[in-house]
Amino acid sequence: MVTTVTSLGRSGLHDWVLQRLSAVIMLAYVVYLGYFFATTPEITFAAWQGLFASTFMKVFSFLTLLSVVMHAWIGLWIVSTDYMPKVSIRVAFQAIVIVICLSLLVWGIQILWSL
Amino acid sequence: MKFKIYRYNPETDKKPYMQEFDIDIAEGSDKMLLDVLVDLKEQDPTLSFRRSCREGVCGSDGLNINGKNGLACITAVSSLKSPVVIRPLPGLPVIRDLVVDMAQFYKQYEKIKPYLIADTETPAKERLQSPEDREKLDGLYECILCACCSTACPSFWWNPDKFVGPSGLLQAYRFLVDSRDTHTEERLADLDDAYSVFRCRGIMNCVDVCPKGLNPTKAIGHIRSMLLKSGV
Ligand code: SF4
Ligand code: SF4
Ligand code: FES
Repeated sequence: MVTTVTSLGRSGLHDWVLQRLSAVIMLAYVVYLGYFFATTPEITFAAWQGLFASTFMKVFSFLTLLSVVMHAWIGLWIVSTDYMPKVSIRVAFQAIVIVICLSLLVWGIQILWSL
Repeated sequence: MKFKIYRYNPETDKKPYMQEFDIDIAEGSDKMLLDVLVDLKEQDPTLSFRRSCREGVCGSDGLNINGKNGLACITAVSSLKSPVVIRPLPGLPVIRDLVVDMAQFYKQYEKIKPYLIADTETPAKERLQSPEDREKLDGLYECILCACCSTACPSFWWNPDKFVGPSGLLQAYRFLVDSRDTHTEERLADLDDAYSVFRCRGIMNCVDVCPKGLNPTKAIGHIRSMLLKSGV
């Protein structure tokens, strides 16, 4: 058993499942948005705002944002532990990714709920 | 036929270099690469490599031959393109010439506890298995630990201390599916971290090179499903 402190999940399986689940959510979101663009004759401000007015869309968008952030963290964590053998560089890289991910999350919540 | 062979003696050489040899090989000869190496050693006795069984059973002469890992003793020279470039197995520390330090590889093997653990009472004669259960070990027990697969695996190159590697995982699965082993849960728990199993990215280099025709990627997939089943 190899212990890690910076991985997202508690176990290898946990990360692996999260990675796949988040991929499915992102795909569903893209398909849903694609459907919206294809079936809306004219994308006006009102139509766009109407789309995001429902709680469903807000929650769905938030879930997708959460998926993007988790997916990015798990994936980039793996890349960094493969290709950045130097601990100082690895930690710096991971810190930057964490800051970007958390900022995106907070910013997304602000936009979605117009805070 | 031309041969370019990796040479390095840490006591006398500053850097590894490639030595060229030219050898006459008769058309249609059924020589194996190991035979050629043995001939070359007669020309230059300092050339070092490992070998023992010379028939693909002991797993000691794994080499990187024209860029692909394989056993010298069962690689026909006629199947190779000239110049034949021979290097030690990639990713492991070189001790001398074609001899690598396999310690890291064996450490991973040791980690998966490659022996039967059974809490059931020791029978007078032997632990029996149905023919069906025995069949599940086919394609797993044949591994000769030549390390051709693990040293062809990028994930093993980057994390040889943490990722068990295809060879070790094939063996791990061999004991996970053994009907006589009672420690399946503990074995799975030992593997469920971010590295041991899950660093496998399914590139299948291991399957491509295994001289015994085994399929570590498939075994790794089975371990993953076992982890999934026990984890949800
Ligand atoms: S399939 Fe997995 S174990 Fe095999 S070479 Fe690829 S990453 Fe390594
Ligand atoms: S799985 Fe094949 S390549 Fe890997 S160590 Fe065993 S015999 Fe060698
Ligand atoms: S010498 Fe034994 S496997 Fe080649």
